Amino acid sequence: MSAATLSPMERLPAPPPSSPSLAVAPVAAMSAPAADLPPSRPIIDIDHVDFFYGQSQALHDVSLRLDEKKVTAFIGPSGCGKSTLLRCLNRMNDLIDGARVAKGSIRIRGIDIHAPAVDVIELRKRVGMVFQKSNPFPKSIYENITYGLRLQGVKDKGRLDAVVEKSLRGAALWDEVKDRLHASGLGLSGGQQQRLCIARAIAVEPDIILMDEPCSALDPISTSKVEELIHELKKEFTIVIVTHNMQQAARCSDQTAFFYLGRLIEFAATRTIFMNPSNPQTEAYVSGRFG
Amino acid sequence: MTSPTATHFAPRPGLGRTWERGALWLFRVATYFIVLCGAFVFGQIFWRGAPTVFTAHAPFVNVAFFTEAPESLHVFAYQGEKMELGDRAFNAFKAAHADAGAIKDDSYVYSAGGIFPCIVGTMLLVAGSMGIALFLGVSSAIYLNEYARDSAFVRFIRLAILNLAGVPSIVFGLFGFGMFVIFFGWNVSLLAGWFTLAFMVLPVVITASEESLKAVPKGFREGSLALGATKWQTIRKNVLPYALPGILTSSILGIARVAGETAPIMFTAAYVVRDKLPWEGLEKWTDFFFQGVMALPYHIYVVSSKIPQNEYTARVQYGTAFVFLLIVALIASTSIVLRSRLRNRYKW
Repeated sequence: MSAATLSPMERLPAPPPSSPSLAVAPVAAMSAPAADLPPSRPIIDIDHVDFFYGQSQALHDVSLRLDEKKVTAFIGPSGCGKSTLLRCLNRMNDLIDGARVAKGSIRIRGIDIHAPAVDVIELRKRVGMVFQKSNPFPKSIYENITYGLRLQGVKDKGRLDAVVEKSLRGAALWDEVKDRLHASGLGLSGGQQQRLCIARAIAVEPDIILMDEPCSALDPISTSKVEELIHELKKEFTIVIVTHNMQQAARCSDQTAFFYLGRLIEFAATRTIFMNPSNPQTEAYVSGRFG
Repeated sequence: MTSPTATHFAPRPGLGRTWERGALWLFRVATYFIVLCGAFVFGQIFWRGAPTVFTAHAPFVNVAFFTEAPESLHVFAYQGEKMELGDRAFNAFKAAHADAGAIKDDSYVYSAGGIFPCIVGTMLLVAGSMGIALFLGVSSAIYLNEYARDSAFVRFIRLAILNLAGVPSIVFGLFGFGMFVIFFGWNVSLLAGWFTLAFMVLPVVITASEESLKAVPKGFREGSLALGATKWQTIRKNVLPYALPGILTSSILGIARVAGETAPIMFTAAYVVRDKLPWEGLEKWTDFFFQGVMALPYHIYVVSSKIPQNEYTARVQYGTAFVFLLIVALIASTSIVLRSRLRNRYKW
């Protein structure tokens, strides 16, 4: 979703600096951007979001500012709302009956993504997603990668070929599959499938890549490959990753947000969260005492 | 004293083992009985019908039976010799023999010639009604499964579809007669038959299409949508192709039923006899849709109930039934081949 898709009228003014929140008791460091990080350009601005599935509230007054070309990890025990928040960012939650953002706003590059003028299709072209369970389509590797571009009407073979190579190289998969681009994507191993999904996501050149526990079904070697890949990808993309694996968050993220029971407990540089958290709940979680 | 092994593992006294054996044999005999019944039906039709359909000499198939229209069979004695001739041959015979005018013949309708118009009619009925049923059925399955949210109204629609599946085919026939033949004024016509048969198989097609759509993993839809595909693009490119093998499977059942039902077409589309083939004598092309046709199941009904049973008529009775079975088997196996090809292309 570039600014060009909206008229200037729809663009909202920058949000007021959020005041220290008093409403949520356990929150210690909730001011955005992440504490003790050098200021960078925020690309995603989540502002006091309440989220409901039908009658049950999944997110309570969550505010976050995520920086461009950084890796942000969302951690927390199951059911804490981290995946819900991630799926808000490309409005995947629209697919669920009764799911809605009841209060607050989510802005990407200053544009409220729930504004009526925002086309969710355009939003998702800019905000790609990699899922927990790798989901290569039962098509060839080549067709998997070109899927998004073909939908946009790109037919030029030369350009598609170039994008396939670039994306596969970007996902560190090129050398493994370059000889069988027209074989089914389902013939790959689990880790390769997940990297194929990453390649497919970056083929449409999004600004942001959302990863929903991308390594939870992978073996340690495949996991380390994906983590290396994340490290490479952040040169070009803003990455938000949900993970259950705290070592993973520690290894590959720049900033970490800890959620508990639908509330943002602490958001800071990853080093701070793991070495010197300011909230006792965060400390209990990252030291493995609960969750 | 017995050894410990024997006391531990020896069968307990009682009727347990007898019941086990009894249950096994009950189910086994029931299964064999069904197979036997099926074999008897097919065997009977094959045994009695094969002499009509196949010949002892090249080309080994009774071509006339497949390519000619039904005629009356004339049985008579001429100069002490027993003759069996169809209409045309009988007329030619009478023209050729001056003394033939006095011949006393027994005639049996539909017992000579072939069943070509019936085959053509059934093929047309199947093709048209399956086209309509697949279009309407797959469309509504897509709507119900992909677009509609779960509401009381949608649940009511599903219930209605399930109930529709239980409606007897004669009721569909009467519905088609009242709706299409009378109310829409289409008369007894292909079009009326198509819609009547299509409505009859719709529940099968919708239910099975929905099942096939449900079997496509949610991840394919989410993955596609996350790449910026619209809903319809996702369905067209990343859901429907994978559901197609299952939808075709359901249409196999549908085709067998459409081809086989007599009741829905006897009021809406089928003629007992019709001289012209469907493409003959059309004044304008739209007339094609508003003509009745002969159809195999209805022809079987006519020759088995409206003409006497004897050695002269059994030929066409069993021959027609046999050809009908062959055609249904042919359609079904084509669909199965098609399905397995598609299935191999899209496996997950």
